[in-house]
Amino acid sequence: MKSLEELMAIREKARQGMGIRNDKFEGTRVVVGMATCGIAAGARPVLQALVDEIAKEKLDVQVGQTGCIGICQYEPVVEVFEPGKEKVTYVKMTPEKAIRVVHKHLIGGEVVQEYTIGQARK
Amino acid sequence: MVRSHILVCGGTGCTSSNSPAIIQALNEQLEKSGLSEEVKVVRTGCFGLCALGPIMIVYPEGTFYSRVQVDDIPEIVEEHLLKGRIVTRLVYDETVKPSGEVASLDDTGFYKKQMRVALRNCGVIDPENINEYIAYDGYQALGKVLTQMTPEQVIEEIKASGLRGRGGAGFPTGTKWAFAAAQPKGQKYVCCNADEGDPGAFMDRSVLEGDPHAVLEAMAIAGYAIGADKGFIYVRAEYPIAVHRLEIAIKQARELGLLGNNIFGTDFSFDVELRLGAGAFVCGEETALMTSVEGNRGEPRPRPPFPAVKGLFGKPTVLNNVETYANIPRIILLGADWFRNIGTEKSPGTKVFALGGKITNTGLVEVPMGTTLREIVEEIGGGIPNGKKFKAAQTGGPSGGCIPAKHLDVPIDYENLSAIGSMMGSGGLIVMDEDSCMVDIARFFLEFTVDESCGKCTPCRIGTKRLLEMLDRIVEGKGKPGDIEKMEELCYYIKENALCGLGQTAPNPVLSTIRYFRDEYEAHIYQKTCPAKVCKSLLRYTILPEKCAGCTLCSRVCPVGAITGTVKNPHTINHDKCIKCGACMEKCRFGAIVKE
Repeated sequence: MKSLEELMAIREKARQGMGIRNDKFEGTRVVVGMATCGIAAGARPVLQALVDEIAKEKLDVQVGQTGCIGICQYEPVVEVFEPGKEKVTYVKMTPEKAIRVVHKHLIGGEVVQEYTIGQARK
Repeated sequence: MVRSHILVCGGTGCTSSNSPAIIQALNEQLEKSGLSEEVKVVRTGCFGLCALGPIMIVYPEGTFYSRVQVDDIPEIVEEHLLKGRIVTRLVYDETVKPSGEVASLDDTGFYKKQMRVALRNCGVIDPENINEYIAYDGYQALGKVLTQMTPEQVIEEIKASGLRGRGGAGFPTGTKWAFAAAQPKGQKYVCCNADEGDPGAFMDRSVLEGDPHAVLEAMAIAGYAIGADKGFIYVRAEYPIAVHRLEIAIKQARELGLLGNNIFGTDFSFDVELRLGAGAFVCGEETALMTSVEGNRGEPRPRPPFPAVKGLFGKPTVLNNVETYANIPRIILLGADWFRNIGTEKSPGTKVFALGGKITNTGLVEVPMGTTLREIVEEIGGGIPNGKKFKAAQTGGPSGGCIPAKHLDVPIDYENLSAIGSMMGSGGLIVMDEDSCMVDIARFFLEFTVDESCGKCTPCRIGTKRLLEMLDRIVEGKGKPGDIEKMEELCYYIKENALCGLGQTAPNPVLSTIRYFRDEYEAHIYQKTCPAKVCKSLLRYTILPEKCAGCTLCSRVCPVGAITGTVKNPHTINHDKCIKCGACMEKCRFGAIVKE
C-alpha cells in the first residue's frame, strides 16, 4: 500500500455491488414479477437483462422480485418505484425493452409510455 | 451479475448448529437452479442471535431467516431466490408485523436498543475477504494516522475519547499508550489479549471471527502511536475459527502492504504474529500472558514495573484487549467527540456482552454504556423463559459478582458495577432464575479458579482451596455456625495478598453472593435446606401416596433400584439408596413425586 488514494481505489471497487446489503435503501427500486405466470412468460431473462444493464451503467438502483400481482396476461411485469413519484408499471416486457427502460427511464428520467400498462389497455 | 447476497453466519455458534452444511447446500442448489451467477453466498461472523442459529439474511430484501435446516434450502432457493416469495415459516417471527409485512431487523426487540461499534462488521462482511473490510472504510483510519497525524496526536485523540480497557479493569487506553510512548526510543511491542477465558464469554472470539482486520488495523495504529514495529496476538488455541481467520487476515494485509514495510509510503513498518495459548486462564492476566508469549510457563510477576515500561522481552509494551482495539479505527475516523457522545460521562462508548444462562435470546449484544441491566435482560434478552422469575445476573465471570433483582435499574458502567460489588469484567453476563442456588453458583466459580490458579503465590493457591472446601461442606449440609464469617475473613485476606488479578478477584463471587443472598447461606448451614432445591445433599425425593397410581414407571427408571412397590399400589423411595438423580420425577405422569 503506497498511498491513501490507492486504498480509496480498492474501496470504490469493493463497494460496487455491496449496496445490495442495505435494507434501508431509499433510492429507486425496480421489481420484476417472478411468479409462475411471470417466469412462464419470460421474466427471468428480463430480470437478468435489468441486473446486467444497471450494473453496467453503475446505477444506484435496486432490483428485486415479487410474486403474482394478478395481471397474468400482461406478464412479464416490471414495476419502477421512485421515491416521491407514482409507480410506473411496464407490461409484456422483453430483455430488449428492459434495456430501453434502463436508459430512457432510469437514466433519462422519461417514462417509456408505449410499454406501460396504460398503453397496453387502450 | 450479482443481484442478491445471502449472508450466512459462520461464527462458532452457528457453525456448531451446522451452518457449513447449509452454505454447501445453498451453493449446490443455486448451481442446480442456474442462479450461481446471480446470487452470492457470503459466510460472515456472528449476528448475535445465537439462540436462533443457524441464521441467514437475504439481501436486498433484508429477510432474516432463523433456525434454517439443510432440508429448507431447496424451498428457499426455489421460492425466495427464483420467484421472490419470502418463505414466511422460516422468518424470525419478531420481524413479521401483525399485518404480515416483514419489518427491518433493526426494529426487533433484540436489536432496537443495541448499538454496534466494536461489532459493526460482524454479520455484515465476509471476514475472509479484506476487500469487504476495505469497502466498509477498513484501513482508512490507519491511512489517516500515518499520513495526517503525529503519534502524539493519535494518543491525544484516544485520550480525549475516554476509551477504557474492555478487558474488564477499565484502565484509560490513551493513558496506557502515553506511558509506553514516553519510554526511550528502541524496540517496543504491541500485544493483543485474545485469551478470553471466562466461562460463558465469547465477545472477543466473535470480533476475531467476524472482523479480524479491525484488530490488525488498530494494533498498527497503536504501533505508530508508541513507536513499535512488531505486534503479537495471544489467542486461545480453543478458538480454531478465530485463529484461522486471523491467519488469513494477516496474510491478506501483508499482500496488500497494510502490514509490512513502509506502509502507505511512509517510513512506518509494522507486522503481527500469532501466539496460541494452551488454555490456562491465568494467561489472560497481562504479565502471565507476556511470559507465555516469551515461551515460558504462563505465570504472573509482580507489578510495577508495568508492561508499558518493562513488558514483553523486557521492552515497553502496550497490551489491550480485542474489543478495545475494535473501537480504535472508529474513534480515529469519526473523532473523539463522536465516541464521547455515546455512553456515560465516565465510561464513554459501548460494551459487548455475551448473554447466557436462563434467558430467551442467548447471544451477543452491544449496548451503549449506561443501559440498565433490566433493558438488557427484559428487552434485548427477551426475558426469562418458562415464566420463571429473575433472581440475579452474574457479570465479570470468576472475577465478578452477582447483581440481584433490586439493582436491575442501575445504569451499567465501570463505577456503578463495582459500587454494587460486581465488575464490568470482559462482558460475560449469565442470567439466573429462581431455580439457581447462589451458594452453588459461588462454588462453581470458585472451583474454576482453584483449577486455574497457577500456584505461584500462597494466598491464591491455598486460600482459594480452603475457601472451596468450606463451600463444599456447606452445600453438603455439613456447614457450621461461623462459617460465613470465616469465609468473609479469608476472602478479604486473599484479595489483599494475592499476586495477580486472578487471585485478587477470585473471592468476588463468594463475597457478592454472601452480600446479597446471605439468607441462602444461612438456610444451608442452619436449616440444612437449599431454598432453590439444587444442592443434592440437602434434597429428598418422596412419593405422595395419594397421587401415586402405582404405574411402576418410576421404579423401572430408577438406576439404583431405590423405588419399591407393587402394581396399582403407592410406591416408596428408599432414602438410603436414592442418589437424587431426579429421573423418577421427570418420568412421573401424575405429579406424585416431589423434591423438598
